[in-house]
Amino acid sequence: MTEFWTQFGIWIGALCTLAIWSFLYKDNPFYKIAEQIFVGISAAYWFVYTIYNILIPNFFEKIFTDFSANWLLLIPGVLGMMMVLRIFPKLDFLGKYPLALMVGTTAGLGIIMYLKTDVLSQVVSAMVNPFTGGTVLAVLGAFILIVGTLSGLVYFFFSKKHEGFTGGVARLGIIFLMISFGASFGYTAMARISLLIGRLQFLLGDWLGILGN
Amino acid sequence: MNYKLPLVITFCAGLLMILAEFIPHRPFGSISANIEIWFLIITGFAIILGQISLLKMNIIKVVYKLPNWKYHLATIISFSVMFLVGILYGMQKQPGLLGHGEWLSSALGDKPFDYIFANIYQHLMAAMFSILAFYIASAAYRAFIARTLDSTLLLSVSIIVMLGNTSFGTSLTAGLPQAIKFLHLPNLSSFIMDFPNTAGQRAILIGAGIGIIGSSLRIILGIERSWLGGK
Repeated sequence: MTEFWTQFGIWIGALCTLAIWSFLYKDNPFYKIAEQIFVGISAAYWFVYTIYNILIPNFFEKIFTDFSANWLLLIPGVLGMMMVLRIFPKLDFLGKYPLALMVGTTAGLGIIMYLKTDVLSQVVSAMVNPFTGGTVLAVLGAFILIVGTLSGLVYFFFSKKHEGFTGGVARLGIIFLMISFGASFGYTAMARISLLIGRLQFLLGDWLGILGN
Repeated sequence: MNYKLPLVITFCAGLLMILAEFIPHRPFGSISANIEIWFLIITGFAIILGQISLLKMNIIKVVYKLPNWKYHLATIISFSVMFLVGILYGMQKQPGLLGHGEWLSSALGDKPFDYIFANIYQHLMAAMFSILAFYIASAAYRAFIARTLDSTLLLSVSIIVMLGNTSFGTSLTAGLPQAIKFLHLPNLSSFIMDFPNTAGQRAILIGAGIGIIGSSLRIILGIERSWLGGK
């Protein structure tokens, strides 16, 4: 019985893949159905995942097993319910209060987190002695790191018009940004191609059995 | 009052999070830890709100037979099936309302929720992202035609990085003498990633970080209040 369902799963997976790929020809009903099934399953997956992995362990389990120690959790529980009540247009205003707590917390945490990870740690990493690399390439690389970071930052500095010396440095910054975007693009393209290869392996191997193990 | 209380809540929550970072003593540490759990719980409800809202929109389209309503029926059916099997029989090690559904699991080889996840959701997701490979290629052809220095640079770097990470790229420059091993595609790719790319990424991270800090301050101080809706 299990063997049947395994094969059935492979067939379903193959048909889903082909339905999605049919969009490469043109938009068609098979693609649209597969797309809508994807949306539905995806939404239900995160719904169920949230219940089992966020709400049950952090809220319901604590409330029902030890209420006296966790009664304060009723506050986010009520705020959460107020958030869900936004679904009714007449009770929309109730959602502002939990949203306020979320926005405030995110903003406060965001300031600390980004100050630490994106600003201070990056500034510290950029402050290197370029002559300690050992090899010519390492010294050159360290100089590129310093010049690239500074010129990139000048490009993002909009309080002074980008002309003259500032304009030249900002132009250099654009070049470094373009290199960065090119590298990111290369990696993204490779990731997508590897997914495509994975799909082909599934279709030709698991489904049609043409590829050997 | 309609806007004042939410703004006060935002200010207090934001300030508390910042103070807790700089004052690692009671009660700030415990308050901030509690608020983080509160945040998680409210986020959970917010996710549920999003899914219910999606379902509601699809039901409206089907009930009023709006254009393409038949496709939205597929969304409702797939949502309902996935939701029901998840709630009734649980996911992974979590039991559902009817336990683990052993009889179904033994037939399917997995819990029904996990079976659908592995055999439909994962395939649909991988197929959806894999077709982007074709669109990325065609977009790249149109966008990166080497007309300016910037686009030429973007194109060349992406080609070097892609080739440098494949065995084909390695074999292309395998014949180069050791004296110029710097020009071997894998070495060139790794140099680009380690230095110019890091410099560009660092500038973006610092710039974006400062921008986010500024926006967060505006939100905490109530200057930025578009999240409340209205003006």
